[in-house]
Amino acid sequence: MSSTIETLVNREYQYGFVTDIEADTLPVGLTEATVRLISQKKGEPDFLLDWRLKAFRRWQAMREPHWANVTYAPIDYQAISYYSAPKNTKPLGSLDEVDPELRRTYERLGISLNEQKRISGVAVDAIFDSVSVGTTMKHELAKLGIIFCSFGEAVREHPDLVREYLGSVVPYSDNFFAALNAAVFSDGSFCYVPPGVHCPMELSTYFRINSAGTGQFERTLIIADKGATVSYLEGCTAPRRDTNQLHAAVVELIALDDASIKYSTVQNWYAGDTEGRGGIFNFVTKRGKAAGARSKISWTQVETGSAITWKYPSVILQGDDSTGEFYSVAVVNNRQQADTGTKMIHLGRNTKSTIISKGISAGHGNNSYRGQVKVMPRAAGARNYTQCDSMLIGNQCGAHTFPYIEVGNHTATVEHEASTSKIGEDQIFYCKQRGLNAEHAISLIVSGFCKEVFQNLPMEFALEAQQLLGITLEGSVG
Amino acid sequence: MLTVSDLRAGIADNEILRGISLTVNEGEIHAIMGPNGSGKSTLAQVLAGHPAYEVTAGTATYDGEDLLAMAPEERAQKGLFLAFQYPVEIPGVTNAYFLRAAYNEIRKARGLDETDPLDFLQIVEDRLKLVDMDPAMLNRAVNAGFSGGEKKRNEILQMAVLSPRLAILDETDSGLDIDALRVVAHGVNSLRRPDNATIVVTHYQRLLQYIVPDYVHVLAAGRIVRSGGKELALELEAKGYDWLTEPDVAGAPA
Repeated sequence: MSSTIETLVNREYQYGFVTDIEADTLPVGLTEATVRLISQKKGEPDFLLDWRLKAFRRWQAMREPHWANVTYAPIDYQAISYYSAPKNTKPLGSLDEVDPELRRTYERLGISLNEQKRISGVAVDAIFDSVSVGTTMKHELAKLGIIFCSFGEAVREHPDLVREYLGSVVPYSDNFFAALNAAVFSDGSFCYVPPGVHCPMELSTYFRINSAGTGQFERTLIIADKGATVSYLEGCTAPRRDTNQLHAAVVELIALDDASIKYSTVQNWYAGDTEGRGGIFNFVTKRGKAAGARSKISWTQVETGSAITWKYPSVILQGDDSTGEFYSVAVVNNRQQADTGTKMIHLGRNTKSTIISKGISAGHGNNSYRGQVKVMPRAAGARNYTQCDSMLIGNQCGAHTFPYIEVGNHTATVEHEASTSKIGEDQIFYCKQRGLNAEHAISLIVSGFCKEVFQNLPMEFALEAQQLLGITLEGSVG
Repeated sequence: MLTVSDLRAGIADNEILRGISLTVNEGEIHAIMGPNGSGKSTLAQVLAGHPAYEVTAGTATYDGEDLLAMAPEERAQKGLFLAFQYPVEIPGVTNAYFLRAAYNEIRKARGLDETDPLDFLQIVEDRLKLVDMDPAMLNRAVNAGFSGGEKKRNEILQMAVLSPRLAILDETDSGLDIDALRVVAHGVNSLRRPDNATIVVTHYQRLLQYIVPDYVHVLAAGRIVRSGGKELALELEAKGYDWLTEPDVAGAPA
């Protein structure tokens, strides 16, 4: 097509730079000693070390799952370094003490760690490789009784909360990657919102992988106590490298009676080059427990990066009248592969779940939706609505849908709708004939396709997501 | 305004237009008629720059510039508008949003400021009346779930909002009942100005009762085989196309 399109296809991943900073990195390999060393570095209490060790032993007995519709060369778990932290990250008195090099890194990523710059009322926990380098707005939040800090700090300052909830939604034995994470996780974000408190700002974690040859294994734990509400955002980037890097995170959400948690992700890990060299393997376990009556958990994800995505943000609808939602846009271009979807497990009465999944495939990308809706015998009056739409751009990509539906209560209502469409030359030509260029046309068509998901993102994120989508897909038609 | 000279175009090795010459001046309405497969729609698409067609010979000059060298969006920005025979659906994008995006792209290309949503709404509401459309249509996705008649009317609404210099209507009458046909024709006639021009591509004479052309051209096998005034359309209605597409006539110059 035109030369502008050509440039756009070859546009570099904007966040592919490397920060030159002295790091404390463990040698590659994983043994019980590695697990002990990580725990020791973090000065953890015994209960946590025990939990890690149990997870490690369990992991050793497990096998990597291969049921997902993705293919990749075997991962050598002994060739990865399980811990890397910028040097001199002793607890900081204030964010002003953050290493200037790190501060600049986050600024290049569009994240300000400066307490003075309160743009858009977002509190940020910045995770660099294995550790949190700073959390903004902590003191404002503390006035309301909200705890928002790095996982490491939560273990030190609020061990009882961590002990009570850690692994309560995703047990260490849950799956291969969750067990690996439980054994070696190094940091992450922690949030607790006390009863009746509505968190006044968006909470956000920004994940950055920097070091080569390391994996990132972080854990996020969010608890909304009775009647509390919180909205949480997650963003991710990594440098361009020719080798694959493993990101195996765990996110656990707990909503008690009448509480509501909204968790939004804009995932933009480095996706590898056009030939499929390099990129992040994003093997993540995310699950929420709508534990209390009338509680609500809502996942919104925009997945544009990663070489391979293996991710199923799920909700266990335990409380009566609880609600689970999953809104997803997953985009694959070039050689990217995504196998993503959700699980909605209905346990309580009159529980309600909604799944809206939009898969976009371009280039040689391969996109699979995998979703499970399970209604247990006690879940009288349960309802699920699933809508699963795929869009194809070009003729060398793939879209697949794997719905699993199990209904154990005859009063339940489960609906599933699916569609597949193709962005055609005719759609683009129609827009061009009205004066829009190709770039504008594609972003218009795609954002129309994703509308139901974007309108569930917080305002600032919705714009970012829309732009990101534009960049990921530019040049894919032609 | 538009001068087409010996234009040849086709898809792959299949030549569809075999030397078309046509001149359109400001203030004129031209009708292009012809049997199915004669190349009428291809001519419309080629003038608008559809990438599926390859131009193999000839020239097209639009306001003194080489039309064929321009990208499709550039042609649109310079005032060339095609009302599609089969308008395309864009799910999730409202008609209002799409129209404003198009309107502003054209303004931008002319060095004008974007129009804000409220001012734009005024412009559109005014134009809606012209095609007798319910304002609720603005909040529906572009052509998604529209009836055939609604799609055609929506094309004329877009034309009314974008107020083109050269409008090409590609079989806008096909599939319309008589009431819809009147509405569409009324819209087109109201938009007629001394400084713009319209090319109406149609199979039937019916539409030309409402949009009265200054010139009628008959296309057969990729060539213009006969040009004349509006009475030519009536002659075609009475005699059909066959008398013009006999081999001995088809080769005659236009």
